[in-house]
Amino acid sequence: MKAKKGFLKVKREKASYRLASERVKDYKEVALLRSDGDTIRQASRCMDCGTPFCNWSCPLGNYIPEWNDEILKKNWRKAFELLNATNNLPEITGRICPALCEYSCVLGLNDDAVTIRENELAIIEHAFKKGWIKPEKPKKRTNKKIAVVGSGPAGLACATQLNKAGHAVTIFERDKKAGGILRYGIPDFKLEKRILDRRLDILKKECIIIKTSINVGVDIKSADLIKRFDAVCLTGGSRIPRDINIEGRDLKGICFAMDFLTQSNRAVTGEKYTYSDDLWAKDKNVIIIGGGDTGADCMGVAHRQGAKNVIQLEIMSKPPECRSHKYPWPYYPLLLKTTTSHEEGGERYFSIMTKKFIGKYGFVNKLGCVKLDFKEDAKGCSVMSEIKGSEFEIDADLVIIAAGFLHPEHEGLVHDFKVKLDKRGNVTTDNNFMTSKKKVFAAGDLRRGQSLIVWAISEGRKAAFCIDKYLMQKSNLPYI
Amino acid sequence: MYKKNNFPHQQGLYYPELEKDSCGVGFICDIQGRSSYSILKKGLNILERLTHRGAVGADSKTGDGAGILIQMPHEFLAKVTAQEKIELPDEGLYGSGIIFFPKKSFQIKKCKDSIFKIAKRNKFKVLGYRTVPVKETAIGKSARETQPQIEQIFVAPLGRIKNKLDLERRLYILRKEIENKITALKSKEESNFYICSLSCKIFIYKGLLMPYQVGKFYLDLKDKAMKTALVLVHSRYSTNTFPSWALAQPFRMLAHNGEINTLKGNVNWMKAREGSLSSKILNSRLKKVFPIITPQGSDSSSLDNAFELLHLSDRSLAHAIAMLIPLAWQKNNELGKKIKDFYKYHSALMESWDGPAAIAFTDGKKVGALLDRNGLRPARYIITKDNLVIMASEMGVLDAESKNIKYSGRLEPGKIFLIDTEKKTIIDDEIIKKELAKAQPYSKWLKDNVLSLNKLPKAKANKDKIDLKTQMLAFGYSREDLNKIILPMLEEGKEPIGSMGNDAPHAVLSKRSQLVFNYFKQLFAQVTNPPIDPIREEIVTSLSCFIGPEKNILSQEPEHVKRLYLKQPLLTNEQVSKIINLNQSGFRAKTLSLCFEISKKTNMLKRINSLCNEAEIAVKKGYGFIILSDRGINNRKAAVSSLLALGAVHHHLVKKLLRTKTALILETGEARDVHHFAMLFAHGADAINPYIAFEVIKYLIKNDEVKITFEQAIKNYIKAVNQGLLKILSKMGISTLQSYKGAQICEALGLSKEVIDKCFPQTISRIEGASFDTLTKEALMRHQEAYGQSRDIEKLLPAGGVYQWKKDGEFHLWNPHSIALLQDATRKNDYEIYKKFSEAINNQSNNPTTLRSLFDFKKTKAIAISEVESEKEILKRFVTGAMSFGSISKEAHEYIAIALNRIKGKSNTGEGGEDPLRFIPLENGDSKRSAIKQVASGRFGVNTNYLINADEIQIKIAQGAKPGEGGQLPGHKVSEAIAKIRFTTPGVTLISPPPHHDIYSIEDLAQLIFDLKNVNPKARISVKLVSEIGVGTVAAGVAKGHADMILISGADGGTGASPLSSIKHAGLPWELGLSETHQTLVLNGLRSRVRLQTDGQMRTARDVAIAAMLGAEEYGFCTAALIILGCVMLRHCHLNNCALGVATQDEVLRKRFSGKPEYLVNYFKFIARDLREIMSQLGFRTLDEMIGRTDLLKTNKNINFWKAKELDFSKIFYKPEINKSQDIRCSIKQDHNINQVLDKKLIKLSEAALKGGAIVRDELKINNTNRATGAMLSGKVCSLFGEDGLIDDSINFKFKGVAGQSFAAWLAKGITLELEGMANDYVGKGISGGKVIIYPDKDSTFEASKNIIIGNTTFYGAISGEAYISGVAGERYCVRNSGLISVVEGVGDHGCEYMTGGISLIIGKTGRNFAAGMSGGIAYVLDEDKDFRKRCNLEMVELESLNSMDKETIHNLLHKHYKYTKSKKAESIIDNYDSYLKKFIKVMPLEYKRILETYKLDKKLNVAESK
Repeated sequence: MKAKKGFLKVKREKASYRLASERVKDYKEVALLRSDGDTIRQASRCMDCGTPFCNWSCPLGNYIPEWNDEILKKNWRKAFELLNATNNLPEITGRICPALCEYSCVLGLNDDAVTIRENELAIIEHAFKKGWIKPEKPKKRTNKKIAVVGSGPAGLACATQLNKAGHAVTIFERDKKAGGILRYGIPDFKLEKRILDRRLDILKKECIIIKTSINVGVDIKSADLIKRFDAVCLTGGSRIPRDINIEGRDLKGICFAMDFLTQSNRAVTGEKYTYSDDLWAKDKNVIIIGGGDTGADCMGVAHRQGAKNVIQLEIMSKPPECRSHKYPWPYYPLLLKTTTSHEEGGERYFSIMTKKFIGKYGFVNKLGCVKLDFKEDAKGCSVMSEIKGSEFEIDADLVIIAAGFLHPEHEGLVHDFKVKLDKRGNVTTDNNFMTSKKKVFAAGDLRRGQSLIVWAISEGRKAAFCIDKYLMQKSNLPYI
Repeated sequence: MYKKNNFPHQQGLYYPELEKDSCGVGFICDIQGRSSYSILKKGLNILERLTHRGAVGADSKTGDGAGILIQMPHEFLAKVTAQEKIELPDEGLYGSGIIFFPKKSFQIKKCKDSIFKIAKRNKFKVLGYRTVPVKETAIGKSARETQPQIEQIFVAPLGRIKNKLDLERRLYILRKEIENKITALKSKEESNFYICSLSCKIFIYKGLLMPYQVGKFYLDLKDKAMKTALVLVHSRYSTNTFPSWALAQPFRMLAHNGEINTLKGNVNWMKAREGSLSSKILNSRLKKVFPIITPQGSDSSSLDNAFELLHLSDRSLAHAIAMLIPLAWQKNNELGKKIKDFYKYHSALMESWDGPAAIAFTDGKKVGALLDRNGLRPARYIITKDNLVIMASEMGVLDAESKNIKYSGRLEPGKIFLIDTEKKTIIDDEIIKKELAKAQPYSKWLKDNVLSLNKLPKAKANKDKIDLKTQMLAFGYSREDLNKIILPMLEEGKEPIGSMGNDAPHAVLSKRSQLVFNYFKQLFAQVTNPPIDPIREEIVTSLSCFIGPEKNILSQEPEHVKRLYLKQPLLTNEQVSKIINLNQSGFRAKTLSLCFEISKKTNMLKRINSLCNEAEIAVKKGYGFIILSDRGINNRKAAVSSLLALGAVHHHLVKKLLRTKTALILETGEARDVHHFAMLFAHGADAINPYIAFEVIKYLIKNDEVKITFEQAIKNYIKAVNQGLLKILSKMGISTLQSYKGAQICEALGLSKEVIDKCFPQTISRIEGASFDTLTKEALMRHQEAYGQSRDIEKLLPAGGVYQWKKDGEFHLWNPHSIALLQDATRKNDYEIYKKFSEAINNQSNNPTTLRSLFDFKKTKAIAISEVESEKEILKRFVTGAMSFGSISKEAHEYIAIALNRIKGKSNTGEGGEDPLRFIPLENGDSKRSAIKQVASGRFGVNTNYLINADEIQIKIAQGAKPGEGGQLPGHKVSEAIAKIRFTTPGVTLISPPPHHDIYSIEDLAQLIFDLKNVNPKARISVKLVSEIGVGTVAAGVAKGHADMILISGADGGTGASPLSSIKHAGLPWELGLSETHQTLVLNGLRSRVRLQTDGQMRTARDVAIAAMLGAEEYGFCTAALIILGCVMLRHCHLNNCALGVATQDEVLRKRFSGKPEYLVNYFKFIARDLREIMSQLGFRTLDEMIGRTDLLKTNKNINFWKAKELDFSKIFYKPEINKSQDIRCSIKQDHNINQVLDKKLIKLSEAALKGGAIVRDELKINNTNRATGAMLSGKVCSLFGEDGLIDDSINFKFKGVAGQSFAAWLAKGITLELEGMANDYVGKGISGGKVIIYPDKDSTFEASKNIIIGNTTFYGAISGEAYISGVAGERYCVRNSGLISVVEGVGDHGCEYMTGGISLIIGKTGRNFAAGMSGGIAYVLDEDKDFRKRCNLEMVELESLNSMDKETIHNLLHKHYKYTKSKKAESIIDNYDSYLKKFIKVMPLEYKRILETYKLDKKLNVAESK
């Protein structure tokens, strides 16, 4: 082994984006793809650790040091093979993964972490460019048929793996197009839909059947599916949003983030949809309740739709900008995250609780808020209290609730399958991803609750392994 | 309960066959053959003077054994037989010898009846017996208790005998038959029956005696009629205290000082040869001597057995001994071709018996001595003017008048020294060798017959298509194998290096399918013999071998070399094809397939069985080459593990006496790593073709992973494997592959008896483990992985994760989870988080990793925690491991010291000195002083001041991660700071040799302990050993050598840099080593004298508790400490690239260091707190109560891992039965015998100087029992005056006589020792500023410059000072010299090896391998014969002519030399200075030169700048 001293010579290069003033004018991707040369330089910073914490924290177990090493050797093909072995959607994680790996990169302890996510993206885009990603049909078919319900990242990963194993896979999607949250939840400026279509295209050519506009549990009954297929995997996501049930909630102009984003995404890609002005931000005072990533996405969209003013409210206090002892390395820290959307304008307020929606003519026009104070109790738990006399109001024409999701929808799919749920309302499975119903499996947010895209892919892959094993007694699919 | 040799039977982890011994040996002989009583008397004197080389058992009057061999004392015997009414025939016409009989009269009768019958059958008449008169009160208690009935037998041949030799042969056969028959009785009679000798030429008196007791015990020896012209003496130092009369030496023909490392192989090969032996002289009687090697004998007695056979079947003494212990001929460019060919020819007959050896041998008329190929034992001799020769392990054993000395010499490596008392002459080695070489036309025989691969007809390599991916899976390849093992070998031609320790599961605990190789651990030499350096001392090593059918070794014909000669043992595909297709001149090859149908689980074992039969039939049919091949696996067929198949076939053929009639060649896809190859050779392989490894190389090249040609890649790979092999052999002290082959130098960890018995008999496996079922299952798992998928899912090779942690790889105890918890806990000082950490480590039920993970505590009555001793008391027992400043950063090193001082534990400085500034406490009360100062083989920074600033001095014999190997600190890591404390030059590479050059055997270690104790009488002396089978025996020897503490390190411990295969595969875990040591010490009654400590991946309080219960009083932590200081197991230490600033010297990286001493303090307090909780649960009030309580440990049956179920830990949990009075923990102090040393007197005499100012001068007498003279005085000087000592020549002592070992060791500045006479080994070791002057006795007449005046390994690890030696030094002069300036008039082999500084002026001849590994300093050599270049190792130095400064230096030194010693040689050079100057050669290390030049340049630049 040779000493890898790259990290002493090369600094971490920040991701580069189009100019904020330019990018808000359109919905095209804000991030600029790094050149291969720069990627090689950045990859040279990887130390090839004896204990690679990045590999540990990545739910997919991406072989990060190994492919960094191959990049360094300009052996892109090898790098691609390694990446492709653990991740079915690297072009997507390479764009929108929160990159747990970078937070546990050893270099991050006393320097800046390796740009792992961007290296990943560089590999996969290099591979696409070279045409290495070709539909690969399995050599042998098993004559087993599998239905995957839901075409989000969990469903796509699961279907891809099962297809590799030789099974005939059909994906059912209730929306018009496949992709689930990738298509309707993530704005184009983060993930252009052509990227998704490029992948779907390959899957289709690999003989995965994708049936859209079919709402399983409604259009097709579960019994029918179970009869027609050898196994079913439910990957419907976690779509019930957390609501804010306070005074004035029934006023018009208050919507959920997912609805707001979905309409925008449909509009951008030119999909047919019924326009609702309640979900459009142009010339409005937009208030986003919820300080997370989804809220930030809404902010970016609101800017682009021409909002008058955008404010994001977060109930919790402002997180620190650097890692505190509460979140020691190598764990994922709670940090103040400034996204590209935040750079584009608008304001963020922390420690703010919305007490009521105030309306006029049935439409919302103000929010009644109060400032909060946070203290730690003896156990170190955070206890919040309202600051007396801090009440204030903000103008609001459109309120977007981006407070996260509770659990999967129970109507339709879940009820129809009559699978058992856990206390939180998610579908429960055994260790082999099988629900309470034989032949029926579940994976992704539908099973584990709202989570990250890498977890969804990881769940989909593991479920695929279990399904394959269930059908064939043993599986040669990888299981990390 | 006592069995053969009175050793305890095998119990627990104690194995009687592992007992070792080492000794002093010597002889005296009258060249004229004049026998006299005075020679006998002198012999006894010599023996007495060797007392300190032997040892005393638990009872202080019982020695380990001593004895003498003399010529048949006919005159005496005639006298005494007359009294006994035995009619004695004339001299030479009868045989006699002492027999040890069992005590009871009915047993004696039974034995004598047998003897009578056998004698009759062999045409001998038993003339009678004589009870040998002894004085029982002269010997120790345990000797007396086990004393046999000692009688002397007289036999006379019936019928005609041709000559004495003929009679001797008949006596030999008679003796062997008696031995075999009585042994076959397998009853009590045999166990105590032993024939010391039965000869018509020689006679032996020996027993379980102290050397001085021999003459007192055997009353015969007081009789003036007892006359002899030669006496061979031997004083034994054994590693045990078990009384054994029979193991005393001399044996029938020889006495041996040393150890045969390859014994298992030698014995097996000799056994196998019995099938092809025939002798014209011994004819049909030959069978009666089988087994040639008496079972259960020691290594020396086995060698004696072989020697006796070779000699009595018509080879001269010299011929026989040259065959058994050949010199290192292969790479010796000074040997004549004929002599080389003699050795080459004989290497086709048999392998050498390899290991350190000084051997004295005799047939009663000729007496000789020989040293092993590397000269690892001392042997000095003098020839007197009245024709006596005295040879012994050291000088001064007999007070010879100086003016009577004609010549003083030493035995040189591989050389023979022979005195023929009939011809009344000494025969020089050169003449002996010439005679031997001339005896037959060996060169022609070789030329005409030897086959080489080149000469074989061309054959096409196997072109069968290989689906590489599938086959890689089937043979268990991982991505790591490709990237981390094979790739570096291609790129560098070297084995890959790694760092930190092994924290992955043992093979038997791994959930992943393991290759059988991984169940084996490499063994290594420690203490009882030295590992060797395969790089710097390459000249003694060799991988070349004859393979193919061997002939009768008792004859010599041209056909004997009709064998295939391989220069190295790896075969390319083309080469193996040549052998497979062999069908010429009587050679035929048979390929046997290792493949079996996977349809049935029992098929693998079946295949192994049938392979044995097929091989047997093939050999019987005359196939001289058998190829075991695993080519041809497919979806239905898997292959038997190459190692299982080979082992089974090899041992089957040995058993059938057929093994030497064929070669066993492996064609295998399995082997790729150096360890794999080594294990195959260790179990008998002759050559290996690793065809999949070659395919992988092709694949890597094709994939652009490496940019070299295939040919170059193969060459590099083979080179890397070869170097790795040499390293593995040499760590056991074995020099040649031929001797390593089949020697089974390994231990199995986790293999069942069933597997061992069938495939690896005699290999030790102590905890049972995998059965054939399990191994089959593992083989099939791999096969499944490769062929089991019917659907062809594109998949990568598995990640591996053995060398680096991987999410989908092998489990590691240090993983992101446990590392994060430990760091978080210690930083926040949060016991709750620590508890989570300890749970993550202790509860390995899902991933059993360590042996202890499968242990459990038995339920006992708990006590209140308040009753348990305090944390404070417990903390004192914690130490940190030896990590040098050099391997870790200054910050890390100092913080560890501060933390350990805060808790009153001990930190260890590691190898490489310590800045004296750290000896002064800091203002805040902290101290950076390391309590433990390590003395390692490199002796870097080990000066007197360092030693006296220690609470404990630790002699590091081995290191867990790379036992038996040396180390290297590359020049770029040697910063100013490091160079300063190591007394070297910045930028110059520092090499630590594998052995301590002053410890080649156990008595040497005792000597070093004595030396160190003298320097610092207050410090306790500890010895660090590494766990392996036999470590308990070694520890017992170490305890007898007066160590105060013994550390048993587990092999899993970390390292700053070591070959990956060593980290993984060398040595064993501490659970085994510690328990073995504890048990062995208890059995020997030695446990109460020493404390035990253990380390090696100690992490939690549970680990400590188990260590205590297995016998340890103290506990060492290492990796955990580094992790607490920030290490996250990057395993980059060897790259100087630690991004956490822990294990690096890089200034930039060191700034990243974030550790704090508090964190460590927190950790140790957690451990103590946790340990108290465990103690209260188990009901222990103090740790002392816990020591050795294995009865409270059991196997955790709740862990249901399939492989683990087959393990059996009962041997680890074994508690030897002993009487109650004996303590099983340390309770008494060692007696170091330093109260009577000469230095006590010297200190008194020096009072005036020590009190201040005055100059002291005195003269004293000295002899060889005055050892380490000057050491204690030096310690005193440094403790009073610090490192700078006194002004030069403040204290001056002049001695007259022969100084004992370690004269002037660690001599401090200000002291001058002058010696008129001679000195032994280790003169001036570690000398720290003092001055040594040695010259021959003024009365002597011999020429000083041609005579040995000081012994071996002199000025080893010298720091500074001056030395003027008028005379020649032995082997290894100035090894690892840091700064001594010295003059000497000639040196032996390996002069100035590993030297890093100082100046050596040598005005005479040097031995071979001069300047090997020399990275600094300068040597000037007077090359009068213009042949120095041949003997110099030019790897690291260049030879230059002198510049003006050199000339001045030499001139000054010569003048001083003359001034101090009145050297005649110096005088003559000075007188003819100009003509001599041309003959001086300057030996200049390349690196040193480059650095000196940059310095000069820097200085010039500085000067220029300042101007």
